[in-house]
Amino acid sequence: MWRPLICAAATIFLAAPAFAQPSSPVPPGEEEVDPYTVADVNAGAAPVDGQDLFAAFHGHDGISRIVDDLVDRVQTDPRLTEIFKASDFVRLRRTLKEQFCYILSGGCSYTGRDMKSVHADHGITTAEFNALVEALQGALAREGVAFSAQNRLLAKLAPMKRDAVTR
Amino acid sequence: MSRPGMACFAIIMWASPAAHAQEEAPAIDIETGGKLKLTRAVSTIEGQGGGGLAPWALITGNETDRGVGGTAHVTAVDLPDYSFLSYGVALGLFDRVELSYTRQEFDTQDVGAALGLGRGFTFGQDVWGAKVRVIGDAIYDQDTWLPQVAVGANWKKNDQGAVVSAVGGTDDEGWETYATATKILLDSSLLLNGTLRWTNANQTGLLGYGGNLNDDHELMGEFSAGWLLSPDVLVGAEYRMKPDNLAIAKEDDWVDIYAAWAINHHVTLTGAYVDLGSIATFDNQRGVYLSLQAGF
Repeated sequence: MWRPLICAAATIFLAAPAFAQPSSPVPPGEEEVDPYTVADVNAGAAPVDGQDLFAAFHGHDGISRIVDDLVDRVQTDPRLTEIFKASDFVRLRRTLKEQFCYILSGGCSYTGRDMKSVHADHGITTAEFNALVEALQGALAREGVAFSAQNRLLAKLAPMKRDAVTR
Repeated sequence: MSRPGMACFAIIMWASPAAHAQEEAPAIDIETGGKLKLTRAVSTIEGQGGGGLAPWALITGNETDRGVGGTAHVTAVDLPDYSFLSYGVALGLFDRVELSYTRQEFDTQDVGAALGLGRGFTFGQDVWGAKVRVIGDAIYDQDTWLPQVAVGANWKKNDQGAVVSAVGGTDDEGWETYATATKILLDSSLLLNGTLRWTNANQTGLLGYGGNLNDDHELMGEFSAGWLLSPDVLVGAEYRMKPDNLAIAKEDDWVDIYAAWAINHHVTLTGAYVDLGSIATFDNQRGVYLSLQAGF
């Protein structure tokens, strides 16, 4: 009679620490992050209307190339290397691709953290934020995204400066 | 204690708290650079950060809120009966305050002879300007209609007081104030600007301030629009209303179409076709405007 009770207690006891872990397993190659609530609203901008902008960015493949190029650039641009020095680039590539795809109405979910938390410890200045914009513009130009389409994405990202720039 | 010893002691006592305070004080890093290309605007013929004819709410220099920047410009306008030259320097402080000085020279060429002033008679003027950004961010506030707004003032002094009086101008020096709003609509790659200027300047003051038709300051609207073609190129048009204070010569509003090209973060080249209307009774003053702005 006691055995099922003990078993239940043991199960609860063993399961309890799991509540403190991230709700989803850490994807391969990524470092663990503190738990947070996953929600699309964390992307920091609502998706654009229609599918035309997603097409202008050459869909999932285009976004993937753009983000890979951008992340390469921030690792080599002397204005940005210091900020991203301690970054988990595997996670950064994945969450940036999700974020762009979500904002461009490509049908993705954003599973990263919100913009304020993500940038809180980076101490980014306006000059560095602008350097990041230039790196993105470089990656978008290399992908051959029309300038007017580039600006439609930048219009969505621009207000994030308020959360990203902390000094 | 000997006198030198006393002095030495005093110096140490005086110096040490100061040295200590220096260590405690937060490091003050004045940075330069950081703005995106074209977002320091070009230089107006009166020296403010703006379009060619109208000031914008953007602050000159490449600095951000953490630094200082500056620009120098030279602008030439070739008209059928005149030539105009403007050159000056401007300082941007923390992307908040802009201070400028510009020299204007308006060469009357053959008109000078016709008016009895002598061939090549030149009106000269010094323009001192200050502008303060009040609210908003033209570039980053893309989720609100609120523009970047700045207010400014210019003080101008014309060299040719006697001739200004002779053509009916009241003063050879004057001031004007203005409020200007700039909005970049990134979504459609557009830049819009509206300026309200409170002025009584005749041909920006080159023919003095106030006149026999009107002496008072009046509100003048100035409007610019631009289309961003790339991170380096802006093309657009401007319209500037002007007072009409002199009985001797009708003064027209000004219009231009322009293209500004940021060759890099330091040098911007602007070309325009301007229609300055009638100037000192000579009509249809249309011509080419070229401006070079270098900055940090």
